[in-house]
Amino acid sequence: MKQEYTLTIYTENQVGLINKIAIMFSRRKISLESLNTSPSEIEKIYRFTIVVKETETVVKNLVRQIEKIVDVFKVYCNTNDEIIWQQMALYKVPTAIIMKEVKVERLLREYGAKAVVIQEDYTVFEATGQDEEVNNLLQELDKFGLIEFVRSSRIAIIKSSEGIHKKVLDMEKNDPTKQPINNEFLNHKSVIFEM
Amino acid sequence: MKTTVRSLKEKTKTINTTGSLAVIDALLSEKADTIFGYPGGAIMPIYDALYDFKDKLNHILVRHEQGAIHAAQGYARVSGKTGVVFATSGPGATNLVTGLADAMIDSTPLVCITGQVFAHLLGTDAFQETDIINITTPITKWNYQVTDAKEIPEAIAKAFFIAKSGRPGPVLIDITKNAQLQLFDYIGYRPCIHVRSYRAKPNVRIAYIEKAAVIINQAKKPFVIFGQGVLLGNAEKEFQAFIEKAGLPAAWTIMGMSAIPTDHPLGVGMLGMHGNYGPNYLTNECDVLIAVGMRFDDRVTGRLDKYAKQSQIIHMDIDPAEIDKNIQTTVPVWGDCKETLPLLTHLLDKKIHREWFNEFEIKREKETTVVIQKELHPTEGGLTMGEVINILNELTGGDAVIVTDVGQHQMVTCRYAKQNKTRSNITSGGLGTMGYALPAAIGAKFGAPERQVIAIMGDGGAQMNIQELGTIMQFQPNVKILILNNSFLGMVRQWQELFHEKRYSFTDIQSPNFVQVAKGYKIDGRQVSKREDLRESLKQMLDHPSAFLLEVAVIHEDNVFPMVMQGKGVAEIILSKEEI
Ligand SMILES: Cc1ncc(C[n+]2csc(CCOP(=O)(O)OP(=O)(O)O)c2C)c(N)n1
Repeated sequence: MKQEYTLTIYTENQVGLINKIAIMFSRRKISLESLNTSPSEIEKIYRFTIVVKETETVVKNLVRQIEKIVDVFKVYCNTNDEIIWQQMALYKVPTAIIMKEVKVERLLREYGAKAVVIQEDYTVFEATGQDEEVNNLLQELDKFGLIEFVRSSRIAIIKSSEGIHKKVLDMEKNDPTKQPINNEFLNHKSVIFEM
Repeated sequence: MKTTVRSLKEKTKTINTTGSLAVIDALLSEKADTIFGYPGGAIMPIYDALYDFKDKLNHILVRHEQGAIHAAQGYARVSGKTGVVFATSGPGATNLVTGLADAMIDSTPLVCITGQVFAHLLGTDAFQETDIINITTPITKWNYQVTDAKEIPEAIAKAFFIAKSGRPGPVLIDITKNAQLQLFDYIGYRPCIHVRSYRAKPNVRIAYIEKAAVIINQAKKPFVIFGQGVLLGNAEKEFQAFIEKAGLPAAWTIMGMSAIPTDHPLGVGMLGMHGNYGPNYLTNECDVLIAVGMRFDDRVTGRLDKYAKQSQIIHMDIDPAEIDKNIQTTVPVWGDCKETLPLLTHLLDKKIHREWFNEFEIKREKETTVVIQKELHPTEGGLTMGEVINILNELTGGDAVIVTDVGQHQMVTCRYAKQNKTRSNITSGGLGTMGYALPAAIGAKFGAPERQVIAIMGDGGAQMNIQELGTIMQFQPNVKILILNNSFLGMVRQWQELFHEKRYSFTDIQSPNFVQVAKGYKIDGRQVSKREDLRESLKQMLDHPSAFLLEVAVIHEDNVFPMVMQGKGVAEIILSKEEI
């Protein structure tokens, strides 16, 4: 069964990594629902957050292939219940309508949106949330002459993760083979992609 | 210049040196002895530095960069060392692409160094600028562009480490011309032993080994299938001890061939589309299938949903990504088989599975009657490829390195060649690259000068990198070139005959007079078409003191059998076309 998986990929901060990761998907004709790159809690280590809709088998194989990339430290793969995730959206609407329609303001409060810029002719609102919230506000604002809309990619925090600190320390030690490596993917789903 | 680098090592002080010299110093420090390459504008500074080290680094000037990389592959496959390639930017670099793809899929350790335009010209469509990093990303284990000489020592050290460690593969280092020319403070070469984001091999888990041992000890019909992992791990002895202790019948993939002698009593032959009847058929009868250092390629498994469904599966591999990729395993044994095999062997009961082994014998007899006998010992009609190989076996005793191209001759050779020594079978397995054999044989000869090296190819593949005869002329590797000429692109013709109603669409290929062509390159040769001359001509080829080309005219429309047809299960293997 296909479902959403969020991949969290820690990499060396190096030119070309985005291509190295992206071709893993394009080669298999897997489309990315969302892709975000950002710094991580450790300097010079980058964090990619990728969302795909795929079956467990496909994702499991994909994750192992991505982990094989030399500059990739670690890939975590989680279902939505295992993560805290958010995305941000910006909405541009005509200011005139905002002024007239009190309903809009109520709406914005309801969705926790706030005004980022108020110009004479347009106003930009910002909202943060999951698909549903962001999309509902989109539909509502559409009725009031929405001019422009953009949504960011997903970012996610893994509930059970201890971050990458310890992993990096482990991997920095000169003898990597001394570190225990889980391969009990047969029994433990949550650490299914641990290596 | 030479002395500067030497003294530098003694004093370990920094010296002012060029990027190019740092490249050469890195190669010497890695104990590289042979480079296969071709110069050009963007790599000229490196070639200039090489000029002073001609006595230490044997540079083989090929005739095409594809020849360089296949030669480096042959060198690496036969010696276990890392092959080194030089090429210039643009067309020089793109000519490496096929070889990189081949080395990637066949896990061959290579370090390819390409020149690149000046860093300030990157992205300007400069003369001979190609984005070789992005082109080669999916076909290298790692690649990296160096734009500053200071990065050179570390980049090359990483390249050698990554190419050779874990599951080997090709690495490409692209060095801009300014970095090659740049003077920098060089503190000497430090080999790389660790890359923090890279784990060469997973740890061995004793629990899984114990579980595997229990399953094998309980098995009534255990069956081992092994691939190149045994060779790459230098685990031939460990592997042999493993199968011998538990009396396990073992079949090889084309890439695993020669890890045990082909006439080993427990060896039951080759797997795959044109492999032996018994091992293919009995894959679907065993109760425990133990895969060692192989990756369940589709040419081996045939249709997946009809593959070993009745059996428990133990998969031993160094690459975690191979586990469960194609075949769901019962027990995964991650790790280097050099380490895992002895641990497993230790836990196994001594056994002989006589009855089960007998089933392989019975299948073998059937295959002999229907296929092998007439292929190896025909008494009338044209020459068969099989009889050529059979006589070659008698003459070499099975001690030669056999390098094959791609096609019918490849399948026939790998089916029938006798090989006593490890690393004797060099062929393009995963990619099936025509034009591989001639350059790979040249490289193999440089990698194992003491061994007899025989390149076997079809008339099609022989013409695909034929320019490398020039390399043989100039550098004199004593390679034997055996062309099995059926006047067709035989393997494609076979499929046209069997599956396209004999519509021979562009498979009738014409050839030059190969012997004359060889003569043009000052290589001796001979053509043979009669059965009574075959043995003597093969002997002449082998005994000749230098390179020799022998062209054998074989039957035009012969077919390779047995065959697991595309879309069929391994147990549906057929022995003749009447069964289609
Ligand atoms: C570079 C390349 N192009 C095309 C093919 C497809 N192909 C596979 S086998 C074959 C025929 C090879 O003919 P030949 O070299 O004469 O050998 P034979 O099969 O007759 O022994 C071809 C064209 C290939 N494997 N590699």
